[in-house]
Amino acid sequence: MSFASVAYAEDWWVQLIKAVIIFAVGLSIVPVVLIVERKLLGRFQARYGPNRVGPYGMLQPIADIGKLLGKEHSRPYTSVGVLFWIAPIISILTAVAALAIIPFGPVVDIFGTPVGLYGLDVSIGPLYLFAFGAIAFYGLMLGGWASGSKFSFLGAMRAAAQLISYEVSQGLALIGVIMTAGTLSLVGIVHAQEGMWYIVPQFVGFLIFLVAGFAETNRAPFDLAEADAELVQGYMTEYGGGRFASFYFAEYINMLIVSGIVATVFLGGWNLPFGLDPPHWVDPFVVLAKMALIVLLFIWVRATLPRLRYDQLMSLGWKVLLPLATVNALVTAIVVVSQ
Amino acid sequence: MSPYDPGPDVVEVVRGPQPGGPAGVYRAFGETLRGMKTVFANILEGPRTIQYPEEKVPVYPRFRGRHKLHRFEDSGLEKCVGCSLCAAACPADCIRVVAAENTPDNRVSAGERYAAVYEINMARCIFCGYCEIACPFDAITMGHEYELSDVHRSDLIFTKEMLLAEPLERTPLRAEGE
Repeated sequence: MSFASVAYAEDWWVQLIKAVIIFAVGLSIVPVVLIVERKLLGRFQARYGPNRVGPYGMLQPIADIGKLLGKEHSRPYTSVGVLFWIAPIISILTAVAALAIIPFGPVVDIFGTPVGLYGLDVSIGPLYLFAFGAIAFYGLMLGGWASGSKFSFLGAMRAAAQLISYEVSQGLALIGVIMTAGTLSLVGIVHAQEGMWYIVPQFVGFLIFLVAGFAETNRAPFDLAEADAELVQGYMTEYGGGRFASFYFAEYINMLIVSGIVATVFLGGWNLPFGLDPPHWVDPFVVLAKMALIVLLFIWVRATLPRLRYDQLMSLGWKVLLPLATVNALVTAIVVVSQ
Repeated sequence: MSPYDPGPDVVEVVRGPQPGGPAGVYRAFGETLRGMKTVFANILEGPRTIQYPEEKVPVYPRFRGRHKLHRFEDSGLEKCVGCSLCAAACPADCIRVVAAENTPDNRVSAGERYAAVYEINMARCIFCGYCEIACPFDAITMGHEYELSDVHRSDLIFTKEMLLAEPLERTPLRAEGE
């Protein structure tokens, strides 16, 4: 008896090429998101944003990354060596691993070889996602705890409490979709949306998942694990140079993953509305465009909302989102069964 | 008993909506959307920033910037007679004047004496304009120049030659009624 199965697996060399492509594209989107976020935040706040490095400031993230990578790897002498060293690695590893299950297209023929336009189509899609999300905790927790600094520790405690409380509602929000689609495979979920995107029947689930996604990725208004004003970046306080860059990259990849999951699960993946059926090479771009929309929403919300207080965060998670998600799952179950 | 008892004089107490509950959640959702609309308006209205080294805010005519020393336009003689009234009026004590006698073959100013040394320490100057008021000959006035930073403190001591020279027009002047 197998615990999980893979719907379709290519030869090992195809897998390798796919892995490299997804990794490369994922990592090169991050600087783009960085500059778009900073420019857009500037515009939202009636200022220009970075406009000095390169044409229109477009080389700003390159300059930032270059600066970070050129910096010394210092660590406080109260820190715990190995754990301090391994925390950013866990963070970025889990983020990149979770990137593998976002489907960018169906199985298509490329030069006579059938290739699935996704990293892996596991039969436990969302569980895989939450499993890696749970391991990513350890990155934050270890990073905060092993720094040996009170700001880091407070940030890590907040991050842990926040991520645990919001993962519950996030999972419950997905359950409605999973019940409707009748499959846990993300590719299967996209195929099930060919008639109608799940944002329509599962609108409440979509909202809950989105809000919980903001919290999961530590983005504003739920960025009180970082809280630059009070905790000086939280669990990342004591990190510098490449390690800080890893945390930062992991955070942005997590944002991409959440937007990818939203695009896949609620916005119909590579399906287009109005009966449009473009050739299959367009599919990845459709998914990327939908992800970009969600990322823009992330930035928009960040520019709008102030940070929540800790008790507000907890009461929103446990008193509003969790009951709503439960009721949503319950109603969906009743509807699915009665059909 | 309610925490605030208005008494019999007040007919009706108007209360704002209470936070929390389903109504609070609904209202918070609506307010969030309203906030997002407000923020998006900023994109359409465009940035309100001034790109300082390239763009400058024009100064008003009475703006008190770096000092200027003046000459008579016809004779070219310096207006300053070295009376040190400006140095006496200066609350920051940043003006140093050393006077010397005019002689027939070395005539610098229109009066009996002239300022052999006239230095203003711009690191100390508070740009109050008292020197301008104190001057009986309108020899020193406040200009419009405000870009005065430098690398060394010694470079901020402006000598008579620097104050007499026509300043580079680096500061836009606001037009009348602007």
